[in-house]
Amino acid sequence: MRSMSHARYLIVGVALFLLGFSLAVFAAPISIVDDRGIAVVFEKPPQRIVSLLPSLTESVCALGKCGALVGIDRFSNWPKSIQGLPKLGGMGDVNIERIVQLKPDVVLLERASPVIARLHSLGIKTFALDIKSMGDEERALKKLDAVLGTTESGRVWNQIKIEIMRANKLLPSRGENIRVYFEVNPAPYAAGRTSFIGEILSQLSLTNIIPESLGPFPKINPEFVVQAKPDVILLTESNASDIQGRPGWSAIPAVSKNRICVFTADQNDVLVRPGPRMGEAALIISQCIQEKLSSSR
Amino acid sequence: MQKNYFLSKLCGLLILSVILVVLGTLLGSTGASWNVLGPDQTIVFDIRLPRSLGAYLAGALLGLAGGIAQSLFRNPLADPYLLGSASGALLGVGSILCFAYLGNSWLEIIGLNGGAFLGALIGVLASLFLAGGYRSSLRLLLSGVVISVILGAANSLFTFIRPDLFQSIQSFMLGNTTLMHWSGVELMTIALFLCLAITLIISPALDALSLGENTARTLGLPLDQLRLVLIGILALATGCAVAQTGLVAFVGLAAPHLVRKISGGRQRVQLIFSCLGGGILLLSSDLIARTLFAPLEIPVGIVTAVLGGLYLLVLLRRTPFGGRS
Repeated sequence: MRSMSHARYLIVGVALFLLGFSLAVFAAPISIVDDRGIAVVFEKPPQRIVSLLPSLTESVCALGKCGALVGIDRFSNWPKSIQGLPKLGGMGDVNIERIVQLKPDVVLLERASPVIARLHSLGIKTFALDIKSMGDEERALKKLDAVLGTTESGRVWNQIKIEIMRANKLLPSRGENIRVYFEVNPAPYAAGRTSFIGEILSQLSLTNIIPESLGPFPKINPEFVVQAKPDVILLTESNASDIQGRPGWSAIPAVSKNRICVFTADQNDVLVRPGPRMGEAALIISQCIQEKLSSSR
Repeated sequence: MQKNYFLSKLCGLLILSVILVVLGTLLGSTGASWNVLGPDQTIVFDIRLPRSLGAYLAGALLGLAGGIAQSLFRNPLADPYLLGSASGALLGVGSILCFAYLGNSWLEIIGLNGGAFLGALIGVLASLFLAGGYRSSLRLLLSGVVISVILGAANSLFTFIRPDLFQSIQSFMLGNTTLMHWSGVELMTIALFLCLAITLIISPALDALSLGENTARTLGLPLDQLRLVLIGILALATGCAVAQTGLVAFVGLAAPHLVRKISGGRQRVQLIFSCLGGGILLLSSDLIARTLFAPLEIPVGIVTAVLGGLYLLVLLRRTPFGGRS
């Protein structure tokens, strides 16, 4: 009789301990501060994720949580496995109704997104990130790791660093100063040193002809480019014949020696998105520069 | 007596124009640099000179077109973009950019400038068609507004489908004088002389029109044919300017007002001065746009709007109430 009650106490005690332990391990709510400065609380790692920014979609997939995505924005197109997911609109036309239907645990979006307030009032959790530079992406990967309950950000970031190192080795002689001009738009708008592309250029120890004081994407006077005499010109939107036809531009070494890199639409996506593929972006740039330099010698 | 005044005023405006063009070749991407021998010859003769001349000519074409539009419609708020040419040109540029990926050789031959020119002409033709002819000014004005709205909406649809083109289309909308060629300068010179010559020959019709349509008819002028010719010149001048520099704001509207006071009311003088005034306004705006934050540039349309708008405000303050200006 006495031993029975003893065993009962023991069972109840063990059960209580297990319950408490499991609560502590599995259901401890974690709170992560996003780029708005708001602490977002998650009871458990989100199982249904909507991403409204291509670089965030890519980051989630790089952390190995591609399977948890249930909806993406219109511009997300990498990796291939997500292309069948419902597309929920673009910058100005996010499909709120569809997002509500999908019942996501969290919506990942950009800090300046206009739909944050609307989603909040509908009771949908949002996590906003502001990714403009390499440092931003490193921080975003760490925060996403915490949100998703993964521990992959260190590995992803190392991979990026290794790829940038490989890209650096592709360039012929690293001591040589290669002056580059990266044009993002034929108006002409250039990629400055503080832009994401500019950061990759400096990682490759290339000299951007645009000084840092001009900001990320300055509209530049074309004669400044002629005077700066870049050795290589990188283009995303115009083509080489546009550049050759510009008044006075034939005096630029890059134009006279035909060292003009024109990137395809797929390559452009890699180049302009500050995401986990930035190592690949560095490789694309250094491969093209290496080809152009060796063929014109 | 009045003739002499006209000549001295004309000389004054011409000298101002020449000074601005010389300034245009001196001021470069490094701010105000006065050493003429220093910079490369290609920079002065292949970049700065065609750019300055091109900006001046485009402004002159817009000023002329604005003068014609205001006299033709007898409306001080009329501008060259009124008959749907602006939205037509914008749509032309938008569709060329949008379909560039097809790699069609026709699209490459037409190019952005050709697309803008064709678009502007199509816009004006559509307005004429919608108005059922060119006989009624009011119908023309209304159909121009309607065409502008419809073509503008079509263009918004383009930018909605291809948001990556937004920046290119916006730089066309704000006006862009940066990449002017000698070939563009030649084209605009020919267009300007052609338009100016024809306009000056038939400017008496505009004088008659300023008395009112019915009075003009009783004077026995072939009003309808002359009106068609003027609309043609309006479309040609606007199309040429827009094709080379984009939709520079406000020059066509402001230029005729800027010179109204010194032109003394005669249409022929008014049109010549409005032509010169447009050129001076656009070139000085271009100079400011490229030197203010050199080597950065501000879109030239912003500067024309601020500069022309401020001058118009000053004129408005100084004109006594009841004055027509």
